Formats: sequence, structure tokens, C-alpha cells
Amino acid sequence: MELKTTILDKAKPTFFEKHQNALYKSLEDKHTTVEVEEDPLGTRMILNMGPQHPATHGVLRLLLELDGERIIRNRLDIGYLHRGVEKIAENKTYQEFMPYTDRMDYLSPYSNNVALCLAVEKIAQIEVPERADYIRMIGCELARISSHLLYLGAMVMDTGAISFFIWTFRERERLYDIFDNFGGHRFTISHSRIGGVHNDLSPECLGMIKNFIDTFPDEIRDWKKLLNKNRIFYDRNLNVGRISYDEALALGVTGPNIRAVGVPYDIRKFDPYLQYDQVEFDVPTRLEGDNLARYFIRMEEMSESVRIIRQCLEKMPKGPIRTDNAKQAYPSKDEVYYSMEGMIHDFMMTDTGICPPEGAEAYHAIEAPKGELGFFIQSDGTGHPWRLKIKSPSFTNLQGLEKMLDGEMIADTVVMIGGVDPVMGDSDK
Amino acid sequence: MEAPIISSYIILGAALFVLLNSAAVCVYAERRIAAFIQNRVGPNRVGPFGLLQPIADVVKLIFKEDVTPSYGNRILHSVAPLIPVTTALMTVAVIPFGDGLFITDLNIGILYLLAIASLGVYGVTMAGWASNSKYSLLGGLRAAAQMLSYELPMGMAIASMVLFSMSLSLVDMVNAQIYWWGIFVNPIGFIIFTIAAFAEANRSPFDLVEAEQELVGGFHTEYSSMKFGMFFLAEYMHVVIGSMLITVFFLGGYHLPFAGYYAHLLPEAGTLAKAILDISVFGAKVAFMVFVFIWVRWTIPRFKYNQLMSLGWARLLPLSIANFVIIAFILMMIHEFF
Repeated sequence: MELKTTILDKAKPTFFEKHQNALYKSLEDKHTTVEVEEDPLGTRMILNMGPQHPATHGVLRLLLELDGERIIRNRLDIGYLHRGVEKIAENKTYQEFMPYTDRMDYLSPYSNNVALCLAVEKIAQIEVPERADYIRMIGCELARISSHLLYLGAMVMDTGAISFFIWTFRERERLYDIFDNFGGHRFTISHSRIGGVHNDLSPECLGMIKNFIDTFPDEIRDWKKLLNKNRIFYDRNLNVGRISYDEALALGVTGPNIRAVGVPYDIRKFDPYLQYDQVEFDVPTRLEGDNLARYFIRMEEMSESVRIIRQCLEKMPKGPIRTDNAKQAYPSKDEVYYSMEGMIHDFMMTDTGICPPEGAEAYHAIEAPKGELGFFIQSDGTGHPWRLKIKSPSFTNLQGLEKMLDGEMIADTVVMIGGVDPVMGDSDK
Repeated sequence: MEAPIISSYIILGAALFVLLNSAAVCVYAERRIAAFIQNRVGPNRVGPFGLLQPIADVVKLIFKEDVTPSYGNRILHSVAPLIPVTTALMTVAVIPFGDGLFITDLNIGILYLLAIASLGVYGVTMAGWASNSKYSLLGGLRAAAQMLSYELPMGMAIASMVLFSMSLSLVDMVNAQIYWWGIFVNPIGFIIFTIAAFAEANRSPFDLVEAEQELVGGFHTEYSSMKFGMFFLAEYMHVVIGSMLITVFFLGGYHLPFAGYYAHLLPEAGTLAKAILDISVFGAKVAFMVFVFIWVRWTIPRFKYNQLMSLGWARLLPLSIANFVIIAFILMMIHEFF
């Protein structure tokens, strides 16, 4: 049997032959091609999973070399959702660029907004009122719960329990309603502004948040009851997708995934931003580094987020929600509508934007739900960044995934992808 | 075995009709129960309470394009969906629905059942191979391995019940349970048989064959239109048949619990009333087991391939053999000394 058959031999394109052949050729050339080298018995099979596969969490492509049900080698192929977000940033003012960050990690838009705003505030040295910090913190923690809920639903669904996805989505629906009241959007809220936030929380919204944090711990308790002692779920996750301490550190795995190997790295504790040094919370860590550890950590983090939100609501002072300096932030709508200067400043902010000093550089990272989300900005003195680099957590976490997949069963692939919890919009940017 | 009489044909027709339609009822029940478990409403638009939803589903399936993958085996691809449906329909031949309400009383009914039940997997494996798709192939191979592993504990569980009835006829099997149901005298056998029945019907947590998350659709990934509909039909018919077999072997068939003790105290019922009572009791038990099938599917995660194998070979098989030996020993002791 001829082993080295190429795609070109097998595929017989019928439409646009030349075009299709060129496509196949380019696929062959990619670094993601897997060649079966030693296979005297002819038992190996190459399985191309994705980018259109129902369970790869977006458009992740996996190339698996299988021996029966076991994965011998694998390659990950990313980039199918590349939209050139970093390049777009160079042609936008800082404020204009913010809605694009919503679409990166689209499961926790608020964290991305805050990450960008904090980076810009750092480079342009903008002071933010304390109340805005607390509002941002509430938004970030709600986004964390929302993201972890999706992780939980999708990962448990990947193990085969479909109902769980719907149960977590019922809670996410409540979060969406809160965000609707929070900033006017359910999904891509873009509520944070450079220099503060767009609007204060309405009493109704505060009531909804209070109601949520009062009832949500009961839900977590119910889910734990259903999953923690479930033999099938436990066995499906135990020792699956194991990554060692050294490997995880070397590959730059972040977020809950690195806390699952025993590194208590949480930027909220290491380098507190916003008002995280004012609230009390614990950083859950585990030592096992497998999928089960990641599950436990995320469950604990949701409880910690509820704790943070409760403290934020207590500690939130009264006061302005955006900096009063019209050179640094949009003036309030009252000023825009009723004063000449306000209107001029509004135009200037939209047209030119905030201009950090020439040659300034800043990197600011926050603890997004999936790990360290950092924005590196280089300014040339204009309202547009000269260069904006995003360090996204999903991208680094996916590096770890390739290590985890080798030697596991094919049924574990989707569970591991779910466990690492990548979002392709975040990874491909 | 006596020659078939007219009433056999009537029961055959009625049983086939009910079985074919039970799949439709099951689909509706599954969707409504799943919706109930998931805090949803479920289908409620087509007809009163959405009761006509299965008909709408079938009409949709019929009108869809029937695709055969290029480089797939056209003949096997078409034949494969027929096999599970046919074998599922053949099993009703020996199931007693009531006192005297059976199509035929084969004296090797249980052997017939086991033989027919294992044929169904050929359809799945053939579908997996004929589709020319790697996902389908993996699904088909999993089906073959799974079926092989769970036939054995299933056979042993049935054998342990045969010890009580001392006959391979299903009618005798039911009548042997008139005092004590199989579930009371042989609980371990009941558990093993139920697990094996789940595996035979390819239902969650044993639905590795079609594992939606990793294998897209498993063996039916490349199927569409009514060919897919046939697999769908077969799956639900297997659920119903599995429930019927559990009822016959362990839940006393058409007998009320401990009926033997008080049956003579009840007023003598007419033939028709007796038949209606029997079928209602049988139907209620089957409906309950179908509900359990659906309930489990929407609650529990799926096994992994190696876990499935170790459960089948390392746990269930030794357990079922030990159960058989112990029951045989106890029965022999009772026979010898009492």
C-alpha cells in the first residue's frame, strides 16, 4: 500500500479546479501537516478535527494522529478567526477601539474593556474616580462568573451531559439581563470608558446584582452536588489533560490553568489594579494539574467572585464616575448638551482622542477570567496608538493544550479543550 | 410450537403498529421530558401540546435531500439503516403482552431474542464503514466492541432468571414471576440487565457510538433524509424493546406485584377485561422504563471508551457470573433440603 498519498491525490475537485488545488496545496505546505512516519501495520489514522466541528469551541483545528482511540501526536492550528484586531487599533482612537475588544474574548467583554482602559489610563496618566473603579470591579467579576459558567456548561456538555449547558445558560441569562441594565447591552456591553465608566448603576441594576449574588451560591451548591460525586464525571476528568508544573510555566499557561498546577499567580493579588487591594478574597489553587483541578478551581473562583461583588457593593463610595478633565475623558452628556465647551470637547475627544506623550510605552495586564490579559501600547503622540499588542490568555493556554493532548483518548480531546477553555476570538485576535 | 392461528396475526399487526408508533411517542416524550429537565417548554406549537411534532419531524425528514457520500459504498450505505429497524421489529414476535396475548410462544424464545438483538449492530457497523468518513468509522467500530462486551453480562443476567423459570420460553418466564418479580429475587441481575440494555440501545451514558461531542454524529454523521430517520426510529424502538425486555424478565411482565397471593380473591374478569388489564399493566411498566431511559440520558455524562470496556469486562461480567453461580447454588440447596 502506498503510504505517502497526499491530499492532492485523493481530492478530486469539481468546481474551480485550479483554485481548489491551490487551496489544497497551501494546506499541505502548512506547518500543521502531520506525516505518518513509521506505520508498518497500517493502523494509524489521521483525523482532522475542525475548524468546523461542533465541539472545538469555535474554529480551532486539531490534527490528530490516531492509533485506534489513542492520540499519538497532535498539532493545533489556529488563526481561523484572525481579524487583525491589533492592526485595526492603529487606525482608531483609543476610545473607538474599545468596542473591538468586546469581540475578542466574547464571553467576558467587560474584562477586555477594562483591560484596554487601564492600559490607556496608564500611558496617558489619567486618574479614575474611586466609584468608577468599584463599578468596573463589579462588571469584571460578573464577566468572570459569566465566562466560568460557559466553561462549566460547555465542558460538562463535552463529557455528554447536555442538560447542564442549559442550566448554566439560565444563570447566564440573568447575567445578560444585569448587563442590559448595567450599560445598555446584553452581550458586547462596552460600558467602561477611558477615565471612568459610561454611566452610574441604576438602583434597579443594583437590586438585580444583589438578587443575583444572593441566589447564585445556591445554584453553585446544587451543581457541586450533582458533579463532585458523580463517578462518570469524576473519572472522565481525573488525570485527563495533565500538564506538569515546569511545562506549564515554560509555556506561559495562565489563569485557572496555571493555578491548577499549583502556581498561585493571580494578578489581582500580585499587582492589584482597580481596588482589588481593598477587598478580601482567596486565590484557589490545586496541585494536580488535570482537568478535574481546573474544574474545582473555576467553581471556587465563582464563589470568590460573588464574595468580591458583595464587598464592592458595600464599599462603593458616592461620587463621580468619570474623571472631570475634559482633555482626558468624554465630558458628561449634560455638559455636551448645555454648554459650548462641553460640545467642543466632545468633538475633540471623538475626532482626536486622548493623546499620550510621544514615545510613551505602557503594558498593563489584568486577571481576565481566562488568565492574564495584557495590552501593550506604544504612542507616537497622536490619538492613535503607534503599536498595540495584545497578550491574550487563550493564545498561551492553547500552547499548553498541544502538550496535554498527546497520549490521551480521542474522547478526551473535547473535554480537554473544554477544560482549557480557549476562546478563538481571543486567541486569533 | 403450535401452528399460528388467526389471533396471532391480529396481535402481530397490532404489536407492529404499536411499536412503530411508540417510536413517535417516544420522540415526543423525550423532547418534552428533556425540556422539563432543562427548564424549557419543549415542542408545543404543532397540534395540541405539540403532540403532532413527531409527524412534522417525519415529514421534514422525508423532504430532505438524501445524500450518499462520494467514495462511500452505495449499496451498504442504503442497506445499513434497514437492519436495526428490522431486527427491532422481529423481537416483538416472542414478547407476551398479556395472558395468551403473544404472537408465538417459542420454546427457545430467549435464544431467539439474544440472537436477533445482536444482529442489530451489523447495521451500525456497516453504516460506519460504508460512509467513507473517519468519524463514522470510529463510531461503527465502537458499536461493534460495545455490543460484544455487553452481550455477555446481558446473557448471564437472563440465564440467572432462567434458573427461576426453568424454561427458555418468555411466557413461562413471565408466569414464573406471578408471586415474586425478578427484581425482588434477583436484584443484581436486574441492575446488570438494565445497564446492558442501556448499552444495547446505544443510549446515554453508553452513546459512544454517536457521541455527538467528539464524533459529530458517530455512525450516522453522513446520513440524511429517511435513512437517518430509520436509525432514529431504530434507536427509539430499541428503547421500547429494552423496556419491554426489562419488564418481561424482571418486572413480572403483565402481572401485578405479588399477584399470585391475591389473584384468587379478586372477582373473575371476562376475557376482554382481563386482556385490557394485562396490557395496561404491561404498558405502564414499559412506559416507566422508557421514562427512566430518557431521564438518565439527560442527566448523566457519557463514558469513555476504555471506561466502557473496563466496566463491561472487569466489573459486570464477573459480577453476573458470580450472581448466576450463587443463585444456582441457593436454588439447588432449596431444592435439596426443603
